[in-house]
Amino acid sequence: MIPLLVAQFGVLLLVFVALLTSAAVMVYAERKVAGAVQQRFGPYLVGPKGALQPIADVMKLLMKETLRPAGADKWLFILAPLISVTAAFTAFAVVPFGSRTTLFGLLDEPVTLQVADVNVAVLVVFAIASLSVYGIVLAGWSSNSKYSLLGALRSASQMISYELSYGLSLAAVIVLAGSLSLREIVEMQGGYWFGFIPKWFVFLQPLGFVIYMIAGVAETNRAPFDFPEAEQELVAGYHTEYSSMSFAMFFLAEYINIVTVAAVAASLFLGGWQMPFVPELVARWSPEAAGLLTPVWFLIKVGAICFFYIWMRWTLPRLRYDQLMTFGWKVLLPLSALNLLVTAAAVIYFA
Amino acid sequence: MTELLTFYLFAAVAIVASALVVIRPKPMHSVLLLIVSFAALAGLYIGLDAPFAAVIQLVIYAGAIMVLFVFVVMLLNAHREDEKLGASLKGPLRAGVLLGAVLVAELVWALTRFGGGRGSLFARGAGEGPGEASVAELGRVLFTDYALAFEATSILIIVAMVGAVVLAKREL
Amino acid sequence: MVPLGHYLVVSGILFALGTAGVFLRRNVITVLLSIEIMLNAVNLSFIAFGRTLGTVDGQIIMFFVVTVAAAEAAVGLALVIALFRHRESLNPDLFTSLKW
Repeated sequence: MIPLLVAQFGVLLLVFVALLTSAAVMVYAERKVAGAVQQRFGPYLVGPKGALQPIADVMKLLMKETLRPAGADKWLFILAPLISVTAAFTAFAVVPFGSRTTLFGLLDEPVTLQVADVNVAVLVVFAIASLSVYGIVLAGWSSNSKYSLLGALRSASQMISYELSYGLSLAAVIVLAGSLSLREIVEMQGGYWFGFIPKWFVFLQPLGFVIYMIAGVAETNRAPFDFPEAEQELVAGYHTEYSSMSFAMFFLAEYINIVTVAAVAASLFLGGWQMPFVPELVARWSPEAAGLLTPVWFLIKVGAICFFYIWMRWTLPRLRYDQLMTFGWKVLLPLSALNLLVTAAAVIYFA
Repeated sequence: MTELLTFYLFAAVAIVASALVVIRPKPMHSVLLLIVSFAALAGLYIGLDAPFAAVIQLVIYAGAIMVLFVFVVMLLNAHREDEKLGASLKGPLRAGVLLGAVLVAELVWALTRFGGGRGSLFARGAGEGPGEASVAELGRVLFTDYALAFEATSILIIVAMVGAVVLAKREL
Repeated sequence: MVPLGHYLVVSGILFALGTAGVFLRRNVITVLLSIEIMLNAVNLSFIAFGRTLGTVDGQIIMFFVVTVAAAEAAVGLALVIALFRHRESLNPDLFTSLKW
């Protein structure tokens, strides 16, 4: 009935709206979890259990005055948050969040629940991670402020240092899976060993998973690697001179980056939209429903990883900048290279 | 039809961005415009059935080399252009632009002379070979036929790393 | 289908723009950027030819060109930093000690 193109456009809109909503949910979850970790209530005044707090935050930010420093480069000052936000949204375009579905026969052909099914999807994620450095660098540079510049330089060098381990852990998964397409990697993780352990790559690549998570935290400038942001408490950061909507865009970009890193980790290591036993039970009742429930499993995994990120932020102390760089270059990079070597050797030996 | 349109779009963006790189006075703007040009070229590579090359172009050129340029521009605080383009070069500037136009004409003439037995270049499509090569195929050719160049490139990279560190040190 | 000639014309124009940048700009960083434009023009024609001949050799050569460009940009920028420290300026016309 509904042509495929309309359905694909619907998937696009769904992903966009879902990402915006997830940023709002992340803001709320962060403050609630922070409250729980610190043994206090989080926000509880606005709405039931404080659930409308993100809306209040957005309205407050929208009503603030947008400032621009006198000596700032006008075009770059406006462009920097746009680059951050665009990169954050674009990286999610290649993540598969469900298997094919026809919405109970409403559509002519099954639509794949993914915005763009590229066959070099893992590399696209990596490319967009490299491009998101520019948002931060340009923000710091165009603010025409010494502290912004230093914060931006530090943040950019942190991000490109951890990109190496990020890429090498991705490469290990690619060697294991034999394909660069995220959809194929997720589909390869179906099935079980010994009948009850799902064939997720995290069981084959535990070190790779840990390295990917650490590099992901560093890439998104989250604690314990948020020195460039924490400078805001100490001196200044790359988004000091930004106010209201531009500031909101940087934070939106940060939360969506977290969601994207979590989504890619779930797809590569935790089996994506597959779940151990439940889909088979549902499929016996109705195969359509099993297909439509796959985004739910995906959301559960992404939510678990995001919760882990928030938990990490409010539990671990912040690393000093030189400790951060030493860790990235002298510990994480050799470990990820070793991981890649061992994975490649094992693949050749066992296959 | 759409293929021709996307080609014109990406080609126009690449050419305009590269022209602006040469024209704009501030180095930071030039760097960003060059990134735009690289992205347009990546689009052209996808049109040429080389998606892996396109992504590699984005990751390495736009994502790493240009970050290096941005770092250097930021560190050297090179936001003031020493002289505007052509401030002291009025005569040579005109001659230069003229010679540039002559170069374009020559290159276009020389490149489109190639025909031989395969017919004119503007008649035959650029995509009449087999479909796009898989990454596995690329890897296979890279590590068997071009293995020597591959190893030599790794030595080159190590030499460049050591050289860059030595050259930029304060005291040797 | 886009004819090969179109790609070669674009490559030629980009190469000429890069050459003009190398000769006309009085800022070392922009000269290096113009060299990168020239290398990209060459990459485009390599991949176009590789596609026409139906081999992957075009893409392989493009990888090597990109790698060499990366190494050259790194060393070139280190040189720029060293020069800037010496003379506090990025104008190549000022580095004329060896001129006779």
